[in-house]
Amino acid sequence: MSVVPAGALPAGVLTAEEAAPPRPAALGPRARLWPSLAAVYRAQLSRARVARIPLLFVATFQSVGIMILMRGVVDGGGEARAVVAGSSVLVVAFVALNLLAQYFGQLRASGGLDHYATLPVPPAAVVLGAAGAYASFTVPGTVVTAVFGCVLYGLPLAHLWILAAVIPLAGAALAGLGAALGLLAPRPELATLLGQLGMSAALLLGVLPPERMPEIVRLARDLLPSTYGVEAFARTFAPHPDWAHVLADLAVCGVVGVISLAVATWAYRRAAVR
Amino acid sequence: MCAVRGLTKTYPAVRGRRGVPATPEVRATDDVALDIGRGEIFGLLGPNGAGKSTLVRQMTGLMRPDSGSVEILGHDIVRHPERASRILAYLGQESSALDDLTVSLAAETTGRLRGLDARQARAERDAVLDELGLTALASRPLRKLSGGQRRLACFAAALVGERPLLVLDEPTTGMDPVARRAVWSAVDRRRAEHGTTVLLVTHNVIEAETVLDRVAVLDRGRVIACDTPNGLKEQVAGEVRVELVWREAAPLHVPEVAALRDRTVESGRRWTLRLAPEEARTVVATVTGGAAFAALDDFTLATPSLEDVYLALGGAVRQGLVKA
Repeated sequence: MSVVPAGALPAGVLTAEEAAPPRPAALGPRARLWPSLAAVYRAQLSRARVARIPLLFVATFQSVGIMILMRGVVDGGGEARAVVAGSSVLVVAFVALNLLAQYFGQLRASGGLDHYATLPVPPAAVVLGAAGAYASFTVPGTVVTAVFGCVLYGLPLAHLWILAAVIPLAGAALAGLGAALGLLAPRPELATLLGQLGMSAALLLGVLPPERMPEIVRLARDLLPSTYGVEAFARTFAPHPDWAHVLADLAVCGVVGVISLAVATWAYRRAAVR
Repeated sequence: MCAVRGLTKTYPAVRGRRGVPATPEVRATDDVALDIGRGEIFGLLGPNGAGKSTLVRQMTGLMRPDSGSVEILGHDIVRHPERASRILAYLGQESSALDDLTVSLAAETTGRLRGLDARQARAERDAVLDELGLTALASRPLRKLSGGQRRLACFAAALVGERPLLVLDEPTTGMDPVARRAVWSAVDRRRAEHGTTVLLVTHNVIEAETVLDRVAVLDRGRVIACDTPNGLKEQVAGEVRVELVWREAAPLHVPEVAALRDRTVESGRRWTLRLAPEEARTVVATVTGGAAFAALDDFTLATPSLEDVYLALGGAVRQGLVKA
């Protein structure tokens, strides 16, 4: 506060101050989408390495175990392809859907989202970075499962490269679903439960051959995003794969992935500002 | 630089469920008005549940108030909550977003998400870790650190990427004196070099007295006083705090001691009294002289602290402020 009486000031000094309301200060930089996505991805991947490796083993052994069990029931043909493809995608479902739902559920409940919400980072970067990291984290387990399944059931290994498309697309769809479930669940236990249920659905509807299912279960199977990844992968085991169908299945997977990641991003925004 | 007017937030009543008792409607902040000047270290002091964190969450754009306005550096945070993240750095009470990362990656990632490019983020990370003495712990995951070290690592992450306003919610919880000193000297340096403003949430009265320029005392969502720590203490300058610690039990057979009993706050063997200086002198003479002395273990006479201010101002919660 000035001690000089207002009247003693030369005309114009005060008016200039009063006329211009304090100009808003310059804002700090905004974090751009791709660099911040890369930063979140890197951080989440290192997190996963530290804390989630045992869980990846669990996921892989679970799928391998299922294939060994089914070996007694299924011998060759379309059913064997479905079992191997379903078990491989199950690894993705376990990590991307189940673990990611748990992670976001806990982060939201513990107030950890405040950390991201007070940084100038686009919501999509946080969701995509985490989803991407969890999906990449499934790669070794999925590949091991697929190779083991092919050997066990005598399927050709020639087209396993399709996993390079199946993992990211199914991963996007399932991780988006997992993130959305985790962020929308009102309590962390509920997020865990939903993640588990989602994974059980992927297990039952993805691994078991659809021909033996009742109509209603087949409908549910068609609604589950991972199904299309499983179908695309299973088709490539055929002697002469129907690539048009494979592409169509992967396209469905991709579209579902985009939608579920968009929903997850919306859920993040909603959860971040309460 | 920061003006808060009429900020009000009410948590709705929660209906009880099995195992969960019903809670009535709670007014977490009640018509709060504050002005924080540039370069100031401004404190929010109050016991747990006074509404400090709720107030801070509204000022950082994390929570929408029911009514009222928050303006920081000319930006309306209620209308544009997303701008808060470009003006301030926030250290919340929770570290769960960073727990699995190494100290170094936590700081670097936070810097990148604050808009720094990779090279800047690494340079600032190294500078901040060095400044806070965390370099030796840089490659350890936060989860493996002690509570105080983890808090310091989170503080480091908050400092990467310069911001004109630091909002720190109980930053020194669990820290040893060395870490505390590192925190306050880092804050002081930023204040001297960049005019950084600090909004500090604390329930630690000793810390409040030593580091704050001004303090707002919160009680049940209302600001019951706002002044410099000394200014506040002058409000209760007419009082002296006398603490008496008895060996086993208070010698109530001594009439002078028995007479004090209804004016004292008892906590086990410890009696705390707030008295006028004259009275205090008489009390000390009584307990150190006569029959009461045999039962006395220790006594202290002290000028009022911010805790006394809080109680004198009518703070309702008798527990919850920490003296450490």
